[in-house]
Amino acid sequence: MAAINRDDVAHLARLAHIEMSAEELDRMAGELAVIVDSVKSVSEAAGDDVPATSHPIPLNNVFREDVVGHTFTAEQALSGAPDSIESRFKVPAILDEA
Amino acid sequence: MTELNPAGTDAGTLIRLSAAQLAAKLAAREVTSVEVTQAYLDRIAQVDGGDRGINAFLHVNTEEALAVAAEVDAIRAAGGAEAEALHELAGVPIAVKDLIVTVGQPTTAGSKILEGWHSPYDATVVARLRAAKMPILGKTNLDEFAMGSSTEHSAYGPTRNPWDLDRIPGGSGGGSAAAVAAFEAPLALGTDTGGSIRQPGAVTGTVGVKPTYGSVSRYGAIAMASSLDQIGPVTRTVLDSALLHQVIGGHDPRDSTSLPEPLADLVAAARTGNVEGMRIGIIKELHGEGYQAGVENRFNDALALLKEAGAEIVEVSCPNFQYALGAYYLIMPSEASSNLAKFDGVRYGLRVLPEDGPMTIERVMGATRAAGFGDEVKRRIILGTYALSAGYYDAYYGSAQKVRTLVQRDFDAAFTVADVLISPTAPTTAFRLGEKLDDPLAMYLNDVATIPANLAGVPGLSLPGGLADEDGLPVGIQLLAPAREDARLYRVGAVLESLLEAKWGGPLLAQAPELAGSPALDTQEAK
Repeated sequence: MAAINRDDVAHLARLAHIEMSAEELDRMAGELAVIVDSVKSVSEAAGDDVPATSHPIPLNNVFREDVVGHTFTAEQALSGAPDSIESRFKVPAILDEA
Repeated sequence: MTELNPAGTDAGTLIRLSAAQLAAKLAAREVTSVEVTQAYLDRIAQVDGGDRGINAFLHVNTEEALAVAAEVDAIRAAGGAEAEALHELAGVPIAVKDLIVTVGQPTTAGSKILEGWHSPYDATVVARLRAAKMPILGKTNLDEFAMGSSTEHSAYGPTRNPWDLDRIPGGSGGGSAAAVAAFEAPLALGTDTGGSIRQPGAVTGTVGVKPTYGSVSRYGAIAMASSLDQIGPVTRTVLDSALLHQVIGGHDPRDSTSLPEPLADLVAAARTGNVEGMRIGIIKELHGEGYQAGVENRFNDALALLKEAGAEIVEVSCPNFQYALGAYYLIMPSEASSNLAKFDGVRYGLRVLPEDGPMTIERVMGATRAAGFGDEVKRRIILGTYALSAGYYDAYYGSAQKVRTLVQRDFDAAFTVADVLISPTAPTTAFRLGEKLDDPLAMYLNDVATIPANLAGVPGLSLPGGLADEDGLPVGIQLLAPAREDARLYRVGAVLESLLEAKWGGPLLAQAPELAGSPALDTQEAK
C-alpha cells in the first residue's frame, strides 16, 4: 500500500472540512505516515474466504411500532445552535457567489 | 433533612465506604443521602481544583444532587410503600463521564466544539440513574470525544492520577476513574471503545467493566465508533460494579443495537463468587514480552490465588490478536470520521467565521472544525477519511473488518477450553503526564490488551491486582467472558478481589497516598 503524503493529507482535510495550516499539514503527514505503516499488516491478515464483521453482535430486522413517539419542539431542537431565525437553523451562504 | 447521623460516621469515613455499604447505611437510616452527597461535594471542593488538583470534574452539579438526595431522605423518613419501593442504590451519588448527555448540566465531550452545550434530552443510562434516584455529582473529564489513553487530550486540561499527581489517570475515562480513586465519588459511569473504562481502572487501582456490546444502551452517549462503544460502571469494588451494571443495563428500544434479552442477575453473581472447577485461560499473546515486569508479577500472583481457590488454569492462544490493534486503528477512526461529521457549526455549539475571504458554509465548517477539534481528533478524522476513501477502502477498512472476524473466531476457540480468560489490563502502570503526548503510536499501544474485547463485543472487567514492584503503582487484572456471560466476570472477579484484599489486609486504595487539600473551588456551578 502506498504511504500517505502531505498532498494526501491536504486533500483529506478538505474532504473532512478541517482547515489546516502548512505547519499542521507537515506534522500531520509525518504522524499519519507512521500510523498507516503500523497498521498495514492488517491487509495481509485475512484471506478472501474470511467474511467481514461490521457489528460484533448482529441483530436483524429491529423494528418498532409505527407510531409517533417523543419529538422535540423547534425551540428545543434549536437550543444548542450557534444561530437561528424563525424556528430554523441559520447558516452562512451555501454558494460561493458575490 | 436535618436528621443527625446516629452512628457518628465522619465525612472522611463516609466517602471511603463502598456503594454497597453506603446503600446499607442509607436503608438502615444510619446516615442521610444529603450527608453522603455533601461529604462528596466537600471532597470535590477540597481535592479537585487548583494547580495540583485532580481535575476529575468538568462540572459539579451541587444544587440538583442535593435536591435529589433530600428527596430520597424525605421518602425514607416518611416510610410506607414509597420508601419500600426505593431502589437499593437510591441516595447513593454518582459521577457521569462528560461524553454522556444530561439535561440540566452542560455536556462537552472534553471538546471546545461543544463548550457550554446543553443536551435537550437525557441518555438512557442517565434516565435510569434518575429513576433509581441516584444524585448525580457532576460530569467527569475525558480525552476529547473519548479519543486517548491518558485524558491529556481533554480541551479542559488533564486529570491527575491520585496515586501520583504527575502521572496520567488513564483514558479516555480518566476523570471517572480518578474521581472514584480519589474518593470524590463512590460510583461513576464510563464509556469503553478500546479500553477507556478498563485501562483507567487499571492505572488508578479501581474496578471498571465493559459490558457485552448492546447490553447497556448507547442512546445519549456521544458516538465515537458505534460498533465498538459501550457504557459501563467505574467503581471501587466488584460488587459495586455489579450493582451499577444492573441499574443501567437491559433492553432499550431507543438503541437499535440493544440486545433484546433481560440482564442476568449480576449482583447475585458478585455476591456468590466461586471459581471452583472453573477453567481460567491465560491468553498467550497478552502477557510476557512488552509487559512491564511488575505487571507480569502481579498477574502471576493473581493466577496463583485463583489456582489455590480451586480454578483450573489453562493456556490459550489467540494468534490473530496480533492484528487487533491495527484493525482497531482503522475501524475506530473510520466510524469516528463519520460520527463527528455532525459537528459542523450549524446545529450545536461552536461556530467560527473565517478571518477573510468568502463567508460560505464550507469555509465556516472548515474554520469551526479547525478551531473546535484538538490534534488527536483531527488525526483520527483524517485517518478514518483515508481508510474509507476510494481505492483504499478494501485494503484498509475491508481488511480490518475481516480481522474482526478472525479475532471473534480466536475468542470462540478460546472459550471452548476456558470459561473465562485472564490477562493484565494494560502493559504498564501509569506513565508520566506528557511522556507519550508527542508519540501517538506509543499512546495507542496502551490499549493492546483491551481492544480485542471491543472488536468481538465480549465483556471485560478490570480489577486491582496490586502494586508494581518497580514503581509502587497499581496494576490491573483483566477478565474476559463470552458475549452475554457478563455474570462470569463478577463471579470470578469477586473471588479474586476477596483473596487479594485478604492478602493486602484491606482494599488496595487504602494504600494510596493521602491527597493534600487544594485551595477550595467555586463549586456552585462550574469551575
